[in-house]
Amino acid sequence: MEKARPLWANPLQFVFACISYAVGLGNVWRFPYLCQMYGGGSFLVPYIIMLVVEGMPLLYLELAVGQRMRQGSIGAWRTISPYLGGVGLASVVVSFFLSTYYNIINAWAFWYLFHSFQDPLPWSVCPLNSNRTGYDEECEKASSTQYFWYRKTLNISPSIQDSGGVQWEQGLCLLLAWLVVYLCILRGTESTGKVVYFTALLPYCVLIIYLVRGLTLHGATNGLAYMFTPKLEQLANPKAWINAATQIFFSLGLGFGSLIAFASYNQPSTDCQKHAIIVSLINSSTSIFASVVTFSIYGFKATFNYESCLNKVILLLTNSFDLEDGFLTASNLEQVKGYLASAFPGKYSEVLPQIRNCSLESELATAVQGTGLSFIVYTEAIKNMAASQLWSVLYFFMLLMLGIGSMLGNTAAILTPLTDSKVISSHLPKEAISGLVCLVNCVIGLVFTMEAGNYWFDIFNDYAATLPLLLIVLVEIVAVCYVFGLRRFESDLKAMTGRTLNWYWKAMWAGVSPLLIISLFVFYLSDYILTGTLQYQAWDASQGQLVTKDYPLYALAIIGLLVASSTMCIPLVALGTFIVRCLKRGDTPPVA
Amino acid sequence: MSLKENFKPYGENAFKVRLSIRTALGDNAYAWDTNEEYLFKAMVAFSMRKVPNRETTEISHVLVCNVTQRVSFWFVVTDPLKNHTLPAVEVQTAIRMNRNRINGAFFLNDQTLEFLKIPSTLAPPTDPSVPIWIIIFGVIFCIVIVAVMLLILSGIRQRRRMSKGPTEVDDSEDKCENTITIENGIPCDPLDTKGGHINDAFMTEDERLTPL
Repeated sequence: MEKARPLWANPLQFVFACISYAVGLGNVWRFPYLCQMYGGGSFLVPYIIMLVVEGMPLLYLELAVGQRMRQGSIGAWRTISPYLGGVGLASVVVSFFLSTYYNIINAWAFWYLFHSFQDPLPWSVCPLNSNRTGYDEECEKASSTQYFWYRKTLNISPSIQDSGGVQWEQGLCLLLAWLVVYLCILRGTESTGKVVYFTALLPYCVLIIYLVRGLTLHGATNGLAYMFTPKLEQLANPKAWINAATQIFFSLGLGFGSLIAFASYNQPSTDCQKHAIIVSLINSSTSIFASVVTFSIYGFKATFNYESCLNKVILLLTNSFDLEDGFLTASNLEQVKGYLASAFPGKYSEVLPQIRNCSLESELATAVQGTGLSFIVYTEAIKNMAASQLWSVLYFFMLLMLGIGSMLGNTAAILTPLTDSKVISSHLPKEAISGLVCLVNCVIGLVFTMEAGNYWFDIFNDYAATLPLLLIVLVEIVAVCYVFGLRRFESDLKAMTGRTLNWYWKAMWAGVSPLLIISLFVFYLSDYILTGTLQYQAWDASQGQLVTKDYPLYALAIIGLLVASSTMCIPLVALGTFIVRCLKRGDTPPVA
Repeated sequence: MSLKENFKPYGENAFKVRLSIRTALGDNAYAWDTNEEYLFKAMVAFSMRKVPNRETTEISHVLVCNVTQRVSFWFVVTDPLKNHTLPAVEVQTAIRMNRNRINGAFFLNDQTLEFLKIPSTLAPPTDPSVPIWIIIFGVIFCIVIVAVMLLILSGIRQRRRMSKGPTEVDDSEDKCENTITIENGIPCDPLDTKGGHINDAFMTEDERLTPL
């Protein structure tokens, strides 16, 4: 007797699973950066347009395919056309790369979370140097949060060639992260379905708490005003539109096979159109919501740094000219500076080089994205808040929830095709397959805990998923619309859900979205080709800042291998199927 | 205005002191007057008396000069015979050893009562014997391992029960689509809708009426 396919206990679990997967770290640490770089409030215009034109149709397509075919990505695309099993395989390969490097972020979040239970927070003070008269040199040149990130957490080496050894602390945190993921996916949809209630809802609770706290912080309005002031001239910048399209594309997690996997556990009559719209809207609004929080925190941090800078200048002038303590304040600073310049010109010109120009604008303009935002900038803001341990714990707990929610989707994309395959699932129980996948990923992930691990992380982050995904999704749309046939798909959907397909979706699937993806693909390729040799940012301990270096040859080879191993699956499997079919046709006469 | 006139002969043994009383105490700040200067001289003399061979230092041996509005001034400790000033190294050691007492006398700390040229020893960070993070890590690690073990064991137990009697117990792990098909005690396999082989003409009532 064949086992029935496991299902979500109720449709809400499916929606939460999709939200939990789509709403991830990118919403928190990439969207605010893009918003700041490309015109603040006016970035919302290309963002919303791309959401409607690209995000919703592609999401609906993937959910519909998964729900219709009721299999993981490999089986689903093989059903559409036997030559297209490679698309599913490419998705699995990309998901495998993604889950290997993504979980190290959860390991870092665990590390910071465990360190948040100390007073004072370890990243708020520099450690002392050996004779206890001052602070550690590297920490002085950089800042205490950067020092904690680059030295204490990563123990980063000066370049990618110096691999160093595996850091046992990070290795332990990575092991814990994988155990937690294993715990959540152990029982398939039964356990995942319950976990997604937490991973989907808890981040919102924390974001709301942070919103209230953030808006009441001193200087928050500076950040918000800076962000939301629209710079309309950015609308004419093509990079703004391209980045909006890219952000929507990657934020929804299209092409990894996770959405197909989730949808395959649906009842066939589920209204996936409604779900697609809901999930994409929630994903985008979460991005905007998170950037409001981020910018109020930015504003607080920038104001704090600006006022510290002013205080340093005041102290310098007070000490040099022996003025009365407390006489100089921020309000009369300029006035007094003018007076001093005229009254004591000689001495003033001596002191002048040391006086820094404090500018709130330049503090606000430091735009950071990625791990730098969470582990350096945010921690700097948190250490200056009252009850900083509490805010730190909340923040990293939220990062964990977001990261684990996305990991559930990533591992589902790998496991669903494996458990669908009769060969594997007849020999091994589900728990063992999940355990093996987690173990393999954990062992490979130890590479990222080495001293040069962060450089490899950046390689995977930048190259493993970007180009291959665009190609995968392009082939997906073309396959559904032209190989399977849009009309046939439409009638299948109608039979399955009982709803006719709106002309809007047909127009998007057949025309607009493929064109968009082709243009994105061309843009990325030309960008890579034009930049010549690829470079990366390395941490220089002696200077206390990042420097740009070229990738060595073997790193470039690995990048090429990463991109090729997933994209080549598509033509290779098609070719392989063709050859096998030819051989079969050659052996036996065709069956009518 | 020459700042170092008084101490020209003993320039290298003089120390500049800087106080930031308003920064430290805000509204409770006291004014710096000759009485406070007297206390300061007393504290310096007290510190010097703790040095071997200098137990006879008197308050009158400490000279303070050029008090500014800041408040900052220079001081120097002279030898009882008033020929020369005490070497800077001795004064420095004495002040460093008694820094806390001097700070306490004025309600200030190392940052608000500065002796230029005398670096203060920074407090070492408290290092617990077992780092706190390992404790928390250990707790969470154990909880997760126990939970994983429980889930795996219950899964194995369920499978053993299933292999004994497949018709006796519902397979709660794989939820069937329609409860109606189980109620009869026969877990019917719902329509195998894999692989695009849906027979559209044959749909059970419940599937059409499924909400959402």
